[in-house]
Amino acid sequence: MAKASPTLEFDTDWEYSSAPESTDHIQIKPQNELFINGDFVVPSDGNYFDTINPASEKTLSKVGHATADDVDKAVKAARKAVKGPWSKMDGAERGKYIFRIARLIQEKAREFAVIESMDGGKPIRESRDVDIPLVSAHFFYYAGWADKLEYAFPGKDTTPIGVAGQIIPWNFPLLMAAWKIAPALATGNAVVLKPAETTPLTALKLAEVLQEADLPPGVVNIITGAGKTGQAIVDHPDVDKIAFTGSTEVGKMIMRAVAGTGKRYTLELGGKAANIIFEDAPIDQAVEGIVNSIFFNQGHVCCAGSRLFVQESIADTIISKLKDRMETLIIGDPLDKNTDIGAINSKMQLDKIKMYVKLGQKEGGTIHQSSYSLPKKGFWYAPTLFTDVSQSHRVVQEEIFGPVLAIQTFRTVDEVITKANNIPYGLSGGVWTDKGSKIFKISKAVRAGVVWANTFNKFDPSSPFGGYKESGMGREGGLEGLMPYVNLV
Amino acid sequence: MGKREDIKKTYKLYIGGKFPRTESGRYIKWTDPKNSTYVNVCRGSRKDFRNSVVAARNAFTDWSSRTAYNRSQILYRIGEMLEGKRSQFMDELMLQGASKNAAENEINRAIDRLIYYAGWADKYQQLFSRVNPVAAPYFNFTYTEPTGVVAAIAPDDSSLVGLVSIMAPIIAGGNTVVLLASELKPLCSISFAEVLHTSDVPAGVVNILTGYRDELIEHFSTHMDVNSIVYCGNDPDDIKTIQENAALNVKRPVVYADEDWMDQKNQGPYHILNNLESKTTWHPIGL
Repeated sequence: MAKASPTLEFDTDWEYSSAPESTDHIQIKPQNELFINGDFVVPSDGNYFDTINPASEKTLSKVGHATADDVDKAVKAARKAVKGPWSKMDGAERGKYIFRIARLIQEKAREFAVIESMDGGKPIRESRDVDIPLVSAHFFYYAGWADKLEYAFPGKDTTPIGVAGQIIPWNFPLLMAAWKIAPALATGNAVVLKPAETTPLTALKLAEVLQEADLPPGVVNIITGAGKTGQAIVDHPDVDKIAFTGSTEVGKMIMRAVAGTGKRYTLELGGKAANIIFEDAPIDQAVEGIVNSIFFNQGHVCCAGSRLFVQESIADTIISKLKDRMETLIIGDPLDKNTDIGAINSKMQLDKIKMYVKLGQKEGGTIHQSSYSLPKKGFWYAPTLFTDVSQSHRVVQEEIFGPVLAIQTFRTVDEVITKANNIPYGLSGGVWTDKGSKIFKISKAVRAGVVWANTFNKFDPSSPFGGYKESGMGREGGLEGLMPYVNLV
Repeated sequence: MGKREDIKKTYKLYIGGKFPRTESGRYIKWTDPKNSTYVNVCRGSRKDFRNSVVAARNAFTDWSSRTAYNRSQILYRIGEMLEGKRSQFMDELMLQGASKNAAENEINRAIDRLIYYAGWADKYQQLFSRVNPVAAPYFNFTYTEPTGVVAAIAPDDSSLVGLVSIMAPIIAGGNTVVLLASELKPLCSISFAEVLHTSDVPAGVVNILTGYRDELIEHFSTHMDVNSIVYCGNDPDDIKTIQENAALNVKRPVVYADEDWMDQKNQGPYHILNNLESKTTWHPIGL
């Protein structure tokens, strides 16, 4: 006789058992030096700072604090590399190094993913399935360009710009490093890269991969620090180009700082994307799309669809389905494979989100939050909706960079286009409808660099990314992504 | 019969398809190099510039959504009209100090440049657009769109071919523009507005001001509804000012420092690209 099977009770709530990814196989050094000229070197003033796990607030490692002297050393190393064999190397050979880096990242993908989730707070499902695969894909894509640049810009030859200073944010730490480094190397430039101070560990792990790949010394230098270190890179007279991803506020400071110096720059700045749902949209897919547009990566996404526009006739249905779906989102341990929403990246960011939500309520907005209980330790914020808000509310106009969605309704196409564009930003947008001609009309009318139709937050190395208006200038990814790293002659 | 007196031309601004005097009532006395003739040129003001930006913004949606074929034909039409007014421009260029030969060369080059960009107006899109092979079931394509309203400080030393070389790629790309004409040689820049006016260029697509660079550069670069600022010149202070002010609303600063606009090398689709954005659209493939 078969054993009696446990009774299945379908009328109670089921819960997921915890399914944490193991951390046994990963190596985080207790102390990290700066990666300059192919070696790990002690910061010139001997100072280090802690990087913590935002889910537990426990210190993961100490990281070197690069001073202006260290920046200078890194720039000199990069300059030497540019003058040396690197930029004169046959493109095909240069490409091989980049291919090699892509392969090494694939080999170590699991280690990179776990460290990314520990250091930054993002769910392992995202770092494992989105971030790290895109990192290796990005290197792989640009590796192939290195010996084909004469086909990229008809009628023109290209030369490298020289030394690129690159400053990246904490929301997609290793992916942003790849977006910056891969096209710079493919075009024969050398790099000084500064990861964000809260998420330096995967970039430093990348430095180990670069050593393993035998990349010539100085071609890529990775130095850790905070705003001052970034400023020293921007101000360094021997840097030829700045590539920055971060806030619009800092982007504007960089524009002012490099004005009149002849330095080139690309800026990938803030956003406040309109995600537009028409009444003829596939409703359930749209609800899933909304969740992905604003709660992906805790809303720490510059292209997040943080303004939702729902056509009036379906607003009640969409909002009620959205609330139901929000209840099922699992918030907690980023290393748990079931987790949908991880930790907020830092205390500072959490405070900013709280400030905005309070402000939105004060301005008359109504909030709804998922009732999922948040862990005690660490930085967390529940998925949040704002209704009863309008164009003039600050939670509608300003980038919050958290899991907070501002919902407005509309009646006509012209109305929603006007509202969608009535903002200084222009990074991305979304449109949901079953009608093809409407997609083309809306995607053309929205003044933004990326438009997702019946999808949201998709990325690919061959697909250019970047903003209109105050969301920045220049593109990363695709053929367009080569342009910021070459002189056309 | 007594001697007939000439009718002297009043040089005015060109804003929103109209030829107003400056709202400020100010003028600049312009004298030709031989000191034989003088003209009162409008000294354009901040308010004139702001009015021009309003006109350019209002014209933007229509102009940017015209078909490429239509924009191409209008650029060609500008060339046709200029060809028909050669003698007027000969006189003005020579009055501004050019030799007969140089004046003739400049007109020829200006007309040819218009025809050149007329030809590009429906082709650069194919050069700068693409379908991207993303590694997932999506149809993903990138195409160019105009940056928006462009404020452009035209070359000071080259009043016709310089102005045309700046304007043509900007409007070929679907942008609208406010141009500051050469301070040294303003005459044929203003007469060029008359060419535009008879070429089916919609009102507000091109606006031309005269005035002092030193006074207007600040306003051109600080206006919050301008998306891109083009500067022709090599004054390091001007360049710094423009690039700093561009930060206010992340304008795209474009600098042409020492280009010889008579040179064929200084034309091409990349001049159009300087005032374009690329837009990428994703769409799932499936049922």
